[in-house]
Amino acid sequence: MKKIIERLYLILILIFMYAPIVTLIVLSFNSSKSRARWGGFTLKWYTRLFSDTAVASALFNTLSIAILATIFSTIIGTITCIAMVGLSPKLRSLIMGVTNIPMINADIVTGISLMLLFRFLHIGSGFATILLAHITFNIPFVMLSVMPRIKSMNFYVYEAALDLGATPVVAFVKTILPDLVPGIVSGALMAFTMSLDDFIITYFTKGSGFETLSTLIYNEVKRGIQPEIYALSAIIFIVVLALLLIIYRAPNTKTKEK
Amino acid sequence: MKLFKNNKTAPLLASPYIAWALIFILVPLAMVIYYGVTNASGSFTFDNIAMITEPGYLKALGRSVLLAFISTLVCFILAYPLGMILSSMKLARNTYLVTLFILPMWMNFLLRTLTWMTLLEGKGVINTVLEFMHLPPIHIINTSGAIVLGMVYNFLPFMILPIYNSLSRIDDNIINAARDLGADSLQTFLRITLPLSVPGIISGITMVFIPALTTFAISTMLGGSKILLIGNIIEQQFTQVYDWHLGSGLSIVLMIFILINMIIERLADTEGGVLG
Amino acid sequence: MGKDLITLEHISKSYDGHVVLDDLNLSIYENSFVTLLGPSGCGKTTTLRIIGGFEKPDQGKVIFDGKDITDMAPNKRQLNTVFQKYALFTHMNIAENIAFGLKIKNKPDSYIKDKIKYALKLVNLDGYEKRMPDSLSGGQQQRIAIARAIVNEPKVLLLDEPLGALDLKLRQDMQYELKRLKEELGITFIYVTHDQEEALTMSDHIVVMNQGYIQQEGSPEKIYNEPENAFVADFIGDSNIIRSTMIRDELVEILGARFACVDKGFGENKPVDVVIRPEDIVLVPPEEGTLEGVVTGLTFKGVHYEMDVEAGGFEWLVHSTRLSEVGTRVGIKVDPFDIQIMNVPLSEDEEAISETV
Repeated sequence: MKKIIERLYLILILIFMYAPIVTLIVLSFNSSKSRARWGGFTLKWYTRLFSDTAVASALFNTLSIAILATIFSTIIGTITCIAMVGLSPKLRSLIMGVTNIPMINADIVTGISLMLLFRFLHIGSGFATILLAHITFNIPFVMLSVMPRIKSMNFYVYEAALDLGATPVVAFVKTILPDLVPGIVSGALMAFTMSLDDFIITYFTKGSGFETLSTLIYNEVKRGIQPEIYALSAIIFIVVLALLLIIYRAPNTKTKEK
Repeated sequence: MKLFKNNKTAPLLASPYIAWALIFILVPLAMVIYYGVTNASGSFTFDNIAMITEPGYLKALGRSVLLAFISTLVCFILAYPLGMILSSMKLARNTYLVTLFILPMWMNFLLRTLTWMTLLEGKGVINTVLEFMHLPPIHIINTSGAIVLGMVYNFLPFMILPIYNSLSRIDDNIINAARDLGADSLQTFLRITLPLSVPGIISGITMVFIPALTTFAISTMLGGSKILLIGNIIEQQFTQVYDWHLGSGLSIVLMIFILINMIIERLADTEGGVLG
Repeated sequence: MGKDLITLEHISKSYDGHVVLDDLNLSIYENSFVTLLGPSGCGKTTTLRIIGGFEKPDQGKVIFDGKDITDMAPNKRQLNTVFQKYALFTHMNIAENIAFGLKIKNKPDSYIKDKIKYALKLVNLDGYEKRMPDSLSGGQQQRIAIARAIVNEPKVLLLDEPLGALDLKLRQDMQYELKRLKEELGITFIYVTHDQEEALTMSDHIVVMNQGYIQQEGSPEKIYNEPENAFVADFIGDSNIIRSTMIRDELVEILGARFACVDKGFGENKPVDVVIRPEDIVLVPPEEGTLEGVVTGLTFKGVHYEMDVEAGGFEWLVHSTRLSEVGTRVGIKVDPFDIQIMNVPLSEDEEAISETV
């Protein structure tokens, strides 16, 4: 009995979460522009979406910003985490405190604060400002997932490598870096998804005329929803689903190989 | 630890980020505060912050706090039993199951909100279905209810994940020990499980309450132009009215609310630890 | 020995088709210190958890003080458990941890206060009331876990590898402490461990388990001196286990040499397993020994020398206080009383047991 109620509860929540998404996917194949009437199956919204240059350039902007922001934030975040080992506890907690600010603060405040900075410095809004903003809010996510690894690190292995004649750089690459990799990878993944999903900070730092997917959708929505957006949603959902399946399968196959 | 032989190496490695954090975190924040406490001619004033007492702004703030509170509560009520069910399941299966519950989180935030626009519209999907079943239509779009629904839908995964994590970290033997010492299931839940999951509850609350309190996209999309939240007011100051001073002043108010929220949670955390 | 307090009748349990316990029968006397001993996966912890009520057996009954408690919830049972890794409530201080069971039973505050004081004194941790569990060492946490259990005045205390996480010195101290506690409290202890030395030191009664079966039970002396099969012999202490032939009663042929022994009733010319403890082997000049061999290894162990002796195609393990250098030719002599004869395993289950040894 208890089991049945538990199952039922899980299913109800899943319906709440997925029914809207399924509805969107269904509507993306609806040839009628009205959401109230089924006008037959069509792929025209998809073809229209693919021929839409605004969507294509927004997609390109989103992906290139996300990729670059991930690379930069992962490098800076990881190096800082490693450096933390050699810093005084006071400086360390100060750095962590400042790093926490963008995580705790409301995105809208982070967004406007960066906008004020860019205006003050007369940096033209667009690709560069969004990239700088994204690197800023991504670094904390990287540090948050690398730091625990650093804290539980066994530095004797590094000393052992030195003892066995390795140079500090070789010893670092062979002993410490491999231990950090899982933290770095999950931090990078986190940064990438945060970057893709961000709307608010991008919205305030983008300036006019430059769009990412999020800001493009927001503008479209204000003008009235076009069915192409449904097609876009369906594609994004499928891509996310596929990516997750790949990520979850990957570690499994690795352990099996061993 | 002897990772760095030279004691200047570590500060040198940390310096790029220290500079970055200074320029892109601390200076911008200082600018918000500067704009917030000055007027257009550059002289010091508290007027921008005091503007929050204007009835229109105060109402927006009150509404934001109320809606964020309701949304957080609903998320908690939905997520806690879910976290308990998920954490009680056998390990091999539940990683997939947990992923299923947080998967919508990876879909674009605006698209997630957009789905509810489509569903709730006057001639949207839900009303079409209701009409088909000869039921009266619901008029929920452009109401506070729709905003709450949008918040719950968007932020529920942020509540599920930390609660699930903190519950699944509780050692089975801790629960067994409580049972062994004579506690029944309810006593075990109230005295052991619930207090031990407080950290997860708190981070869940933070992760739902703050974005809900400060959102402007959800209210724009689901609340129409009539229902303004404090986020909408601030957004308008920067994108339409161009009164950066007032916008910054109201942002300071918002930050004060975030700070208060954090202090309350800190207190709840330590008290949860002591009270048990 | 007193009367039976707990009886397990025909207990079977399996997980996902893997049999953990198979038709287990066990009686535990009142006021005894009983140890369930065996390698990991032998079913000892499952047995304890079934007694504690955390697992339900697939078949069989648990009788406690004459009553069937098989389906009784753990919170209704008159026994308490000290868990592996202590399972202290990390969000409560020491006093609140200890008071937990008493508060549940709505005991008056003054009673609880006295009990906490008494329990902390009993485990030598007076004044620790306000400390948090995380601030204590492993050994101290262990004592608190014991204190938390015994304030409820259980008739039986179940201990699931309680010393496993402690270092050697602390473990030895705690062994004496537990023995003392058992004497002071006058209740039954059921203790689970994989450490044979711990079992021999503390117990009144040892139950040796492997692969879901009880291999042998009895007093520590009996288990050590008269192991009933190769598994027990090998698991308890060091030993030489040699497949031999029972020529007739009181005479056994080991590696081609005939030794006098005291066992009877194994038949004539029947294969048997012989157990000889390393300290029971006497090294003599070659011509005086029953079997001749040569010393191939030597280690000084403090109280004695440990030697490997190659004799009759078998490497004998010998403990002696007298040194024989590597390469010395020696004779092996064994007192008839020190030769333990065991039946060769026959059944499939027993076969499985000897394979894992």
